[in-house]
Amino acid sequence: MKLHEYQSKALLRQYGIPVPESEVADSTEAAEVAAAGLAEKGYTRFAVKAQVHAGGRGKGGGIKLADSPSEAGELAGAMLGTQLVTPQTGPEGVLVRKVLIEGGVDIADELYLGITIDRSKKRPVIIASTEGGVEIEEVAANKPDKIHNEWITPGRGLETFEAAGVAYALGLEGKTHRAGTAVIKKLAEMFVGLSASLAEINPLIVTGDGQVVALDAKINIDDNVLFRRPDLEAMRDPSEEDELEIAAAEHSLSYISLDGTVGCMVNGAGLAMATMDEILLAGGTPANFLDVGGGASVERVAAAFRILMRAPRLNSVLINIFGGIVRGDRVAKGIIEALPTLEVDIPVTVRLQGTKAEEGRKLLQESSLEFIVAETLDEAARKAVEAGK
Amino acid sequence: MSILVDADSRVVVQGITGTEGSFHTRQCIEYGTNVVAGVTPGKGGQTFDDSVPVFNTVEEARAKAEADVSLIFVPPAFAADAIKEAAAAGVRLALCVTEGIPTLDMVDVVAYCLECGTRLIGPNCPGVISPGKCKVGIMPGFVHLEGIVGVISRSGTLTYEAVDQLTRVGLGQSTSVGIGGDPVNGTSFRDCLEMFAEDEETKGVVLIGEIGGSAEEEAADYLADDYPLPVVAFIAGRTAPPGKRMGHAGAIIAGGKGTADEKMRVLSEAGVTVVESPSAIGVTMAEILGTD
Repeated sequence: MKLHEYQSKALLRQYGIPVPESEVADSTEAAEVAAAGLAEKGYTRFAVKAQVHAGGRGKGGGIKLADSPSEAGELAGAMLGTQLVTPQTGPEGVLVRKVLIEGGVDIADELYLGITIDRSKKRPVIIASTEGGVEIEEVAANKPDKIHNEWITPGRGLETFEAAGVAYALGLEGKTHRAGTAVIKKLAEMFVGLSASLAEINPLIVTGDGQVVALDAKINIDDNVLFRRPDLEAMRDPSEEDELEIAAAEHSLSYISLDGTVGCMVNGAGLAMATMDEILLAGGTPANFLDVGGGASVERVAAAFRILMRAPRLNSVLINIFGGIVRGDRVAKGIIEALPTLEVDIPVTVRLQGTKAEEGRKLLQESSLEFIVAETLDEAARKAVEAGK
Repeated sequence: MSILVDADSRVVVQGITGTEGSFHTRQCIEYGTNVVAGVTPGKGGQTFDDSVPVFNTVEEARAKAEADVSLIFVPPAFAADAIKEAAAAGVRLALCVTEGIPTLDMVDVVAYCLECGTRLIGPNCPGVISPGKCKVGIMPGFVHLEGIVGVISRSGTLTYEAVDQLTRVGLGQSTSVGIGGDPVNGTSFRDCLEMFAEDEETKGVVLIGEIGGSAEEEAADYLADDYPLPVVAFIAGRTAPPGKRMGHAGAIIAGGKGTADEKMRVLSEAGVTVVESPSAIGVTMAEILGTD
């Protein structure tokens, strides 16, 4: 689960990591009031930052600087309610509902500090670089020697000397080194404490007077931990998530909207991805990823089929089920149960294999659904793509 | 021969009285697996289906039923502890089917299993089957055929698809291993490749990878160094958009690394026959090995 910048910064503050003073606003007036409040504390410059989950905000015009509270209000007003397009959003962009008004700080140096899971070493890894303010993937690709790593030992946490080593690698000295060491240690503590999958401060800045401050922050929480962390689940922003993806999650279905035209319903994530690939090879484009899961019941399949049929741009549907634990007859019953509430006006291709596949096909043939039968995966993809043309 | 499990494996099922656990235990027994014990805390002393003794702890199952392999069906909130219990009790092999275990719990569990000398398969995996000998997992037994091809996969149903294709072209499997779809798991592609290389029966390996992580790249590194068996690979997720999680927590493309195209390229360079379509897995292996 992704968090907004303002939520991430609130968490950093809780863990004792310095962040600039800021306030969230959802209107021109609120933004101006927030900036005026900061001006009273002595700030003379104000950053106006769009609060959306997509990265690359700066490139898309989602971060602006103002010299007065009234200008901050105007910039916020111009940003709020618009579709922000960044390199990480689609061409349609995402709606800006909130902005963060932040007191401008004096930047002497920009660094990078992040923590994620190293899958091959099977433990969290700290990624630090003196090249801050740019995408870390670019640094990794072009200047790999500028990246310093330290691993967090499971069950022990990050030792102070390890944090100090990272701070030296960042070129910090004297009291700035001490401040940097503290930030690194606290970020490691936070990563483990929140069960994050990503905690990134980019840039981590050194101010003119030697303070170390998190100027931007991005935290992702491991979805698997939310069942025992209602405090973190409460930070979810459904308005940032796809409508069909939310509907699917309510039925424990895994759904992802894509921009193609062939809808697919598959059991198992790997087979679902392979089905999408096969559609592409057949000259079509997948409209979605939909995994009905291992133990799909009649109700779940019915819900999945209804959600799938709501996808925009569909011109064909492919149902690919390899029955093992999931039984072909149950899948057929689920589809039939959903039929009365749906208007199926596009071709449906069905490939049922494995457990109770024969029974499933028979049930579908006796129903009101007209469908194309396929035996193998590539045949199914070809027929579904062809039918949609 | 086969790897990991065979006809001599003595299996304990953790969570045997649950819905999933009981269903799949029956399927395993029906396949011929020697399920010697079950564990459900608080239900020790019961007998499952009038044939399998249920114990409160894995330690008891080890001591009284001499179980050496544990198959784990325990909900995500308790699964990490269940795996550690199996490792502490000294089972040789633990297989965890559970999906949705927090990643940092697994970081801790994997380190613990290493300390105890227990090999962990999974989590979030279908388990392991050595066709004709032993099935320890949730895969449909009937699509498998005893034979000479080793199968390693991060996915469940896609593995069944590949196995079904092999069986249809007359190629049986020595062992099929689902290593699981999570970012942090117990056993890697490389570990399985090493075991298949040592197995006299296995004459070829099918490797099914997917986007995300670097397990396929590490496998490629190892395979490039004179691997003795032919390998056919397929990577799922070429159409997946970056930053989106495709069901498996492991299948997320972060920052452009771990893409399907990159994995296919490095595997190809390592001498692996990489197929573009999942439908080509079976026939390609058949062409390489030659069938009657």
